[in-house]
Amino acid sequence: MHLRDSESDAQFRSEVREWLRGTVASLPEPPATEDWPGRCSFDAHWQGLLFEAGYAGINWPSEHGGRGATPTEHLIFLEESAAAKAPDVGIGFVGQMHAGPTIIAEGTEAQKSHHLRGILTGDHAWCQGFSEPGSGSDLASLRTRAFRDGDDYVISGQKIWTSHAMAADYCEMLVRTDPNELKHKGISWLIMPMNLPGIDVRPLVTVHGSTEFAELFLDEVRVPVSNLIGEENDGWRVANVTLSFERGTGFVGELLDTTSVFRDLIALARSTKRNGATVWDVDGIRHEFGILGADLDALWAFTKRNVSQGARGGMVMGSGSGFKVAFATTQHRLGDLAIRVLDRASLSLDDVDGKPTGELVHSKLHAFAISLGGGTTQIQQNIIAERVLGLPRER
Amino acid sequence: MDLQPTDDQLALIEMVTGFASDRFPIDVVRSFGEPNGFDRDRWTELAALGTFGLALPEGEGGVGLDFIDAVLVHEALGSALVPGPLLAATLSAGLVDGVLDGSVLPAIVDIPHDGPIMVEYFRSSDVLLMVGDDGVRVAPSAHAVGIDIVHSTDPTSPVSILESVPAGDLIGGPELAVAWRQRGSLLASAQLSGNSTGSTNLAVAYAKEREQFGRPIGSFQGLKHLLADSWIRTEIARSSVWAAGVMIDEPDVGSVDRAVSGARLTAARAATENAKTCIQVHGGMGFTWEVDAHLFLKRAWVLETVFGSVDDAAEIVANLYAAD
Repeated sequence: MHLRDSESDAQFRSEVREWLRGTVASLPEPPATEDWPGRCSFDAHWQGLLFEAGYAGINWPSEHGGRGATPTEHLIFLEESAAAKAPDVGIGFVGQMHAGPTIIAEGTEAQKSHHLRGILTGDHAWCQGFSEPGSGSDLASLRTRAFRDGDDYVISGQKIWTSHAMAADYCEMLVRTDPNELKHKGISWLIMPMNLPGIDVRPLVTVHGSTEFAELFLDEVRVPVSNLIGEENDGWRVANVTLSFERGTGFVGELLDTTSVFRDLIALARSTKRNGATVWDVDGIRHEFGILGADLDALWAFTKRNVSQGARGGMVMGSGSGFKVAFATTQHRLGDLAIRVLDRASLSLDDVDGKPTGELVHSKLHAFAISLGGGTTQIQQNIIAERVLGLPRER
Repeated sequence: MDLQPTDDQLALIEMVTGFASDRFPIDVVRSFGEPNGFDRDRWTELAALGTFGLALPEGEGGVGLDFIDAVLVHEALGSALVPGPLLAATLSAGLVDGVLDGSVLPAIVDIPHDGPIMVEYFRSSDVLLMVGDDGVRVAPSAHAVGIDIVHSTDPTSPVSILESVPAGDLIGGPELAVAWRQRGSLLASAQLSGNSTGSTNLAVAYAKEREQFGRPIGSFQGLKHLLADSWIRTEIARSSVWAAGVMIDEPDVGSVDRAVSGARLTAARAATENAKTCIQVHGGMGFTWEVDAHLFLKRAWVLETVFGSVDDAAEIVANLYAAD
């Protein structure tokens, strides 16, 4: 076992660091959070730079335009990107992390040549239409219908939690193509262009006031049958193929952000006066910093274990679920600590006294994105109990 | 970077796990705590496996592996609650004659600045190792006056209180004391990590077999979530324990002190919380002497005090982060 970079990894790290240093410095100021057109063009510009330099689709196979990097190189790239304060994947998330890999695995040659390049260059943004108001944890109960009519599917229904829908060019959709089959069997995976008639996008404001979420209301949207990925009624399997691409790097970006928030919070505690000393001098607060620091270091080590296993060609069963539950707990605890450090300054979501207090209050609320998104903590606990520990199903 | 065990390391873990279940089944573990219950023959078998000299160079009679290998072995030993002065023997095997082959039994004390001088396995020991700020000393155990505790909190960790520490002979200076405290702390944390696996396995097996309301209690979500949390705490603990072990071998990759203290925090939490969950899952039977669940909790309570407390560890992690 090792933590040192191998010779080739060290070489890769220094190349990446060099490129990032020059490139990040050349970027314009990032747009405001709610400036959607600005964010789209900023993220697309960054993705274009990655593409030109050969870093786009870093973990995608090279025959599909990616770099074909190892999981360890992918981790190094993400570490160096954070250290250089490079932009994150932004609105490219669904395309690069999910839709693209799914098309690589299950798409036809025509579908691959039509869609993959746009994802890699940043020209096309994607969103995800999986969850529905009545189908959250029980996703396979989804009811958005797609009727076959000639060469089209005619889609009607409602989708929810569709991040970046207002900016996306395409939506990866799960729809029910066989209403007589319950659950997993009658579902298909479709590519839906977002400029079609019948799509109504309505923003859904989150607890921290951001508008990246949206609901999709679909009224007889006609999508060509050629946009079907995989076989009709085989969409559940298609949606799960990306799980086999997971190599332990899925939460690295979030973990880097959290570590950075943790360090900001230490700096704030040390510079904030309280009772004639500083907040850092409060024993109970320092103790909690110690526990959370240990937890963050452990989450990094857990990530490195998972990436190491990924480099051997697979994940340990349950490791993704376990990471997510532990990470959510740490995030919530860090949010609680932020409020203790800020005290009355936490009453404002905008920065107070010229310090980054708003970001810290936001991070407290953002913890719910980890404990709820992509399968709640309780669903992850069920997965671990049944698939790792072998406990019997409830029914 | 590679933070998963190699095939050789997996084979080592399997070998030690197999040995422990064969030669240290739970009734043997329990008997070690009884008066005159220390079985020197079994201790010698454990020594003959190479347990205490894993990270010693071959020229010194050791196996010549890395410190992380010792960490993995202590994890396996902790999982089976293997008794005896494991840390004392592993730390001193290269410096005190007879420890490596098990013929000399050491006890160890990190001399406290205040409070009682409690020493595990002192009553069976031949030599006493004393870790102080100025270095490490060794004395025949007969030179120390100790009172054996009749009821040790952990029945499988017999303990004595010393009136004072004897002068002894210096076997290493302050650097050795620092190294032993660091390594001893991590080996105790490795045993805590293993302990958390052992209690989780016991609880999961019971949850599959015990039926109430006409079905196995492990089918209820209330228990599933408890046990999933146990598994997660173990994975977190072993992640930090492994990382700290590798950092002792590769000290240039980060702060070893922060990693070792972090490992204590995550491993102590995993061991104590998982053992409590194990007792809870066993219901009323978990509260009885005959069910083994309490042995995990009581061993965890001992180990979390060895070479530093969780409060010390939190203070160290916080301050090293702030200084970084």
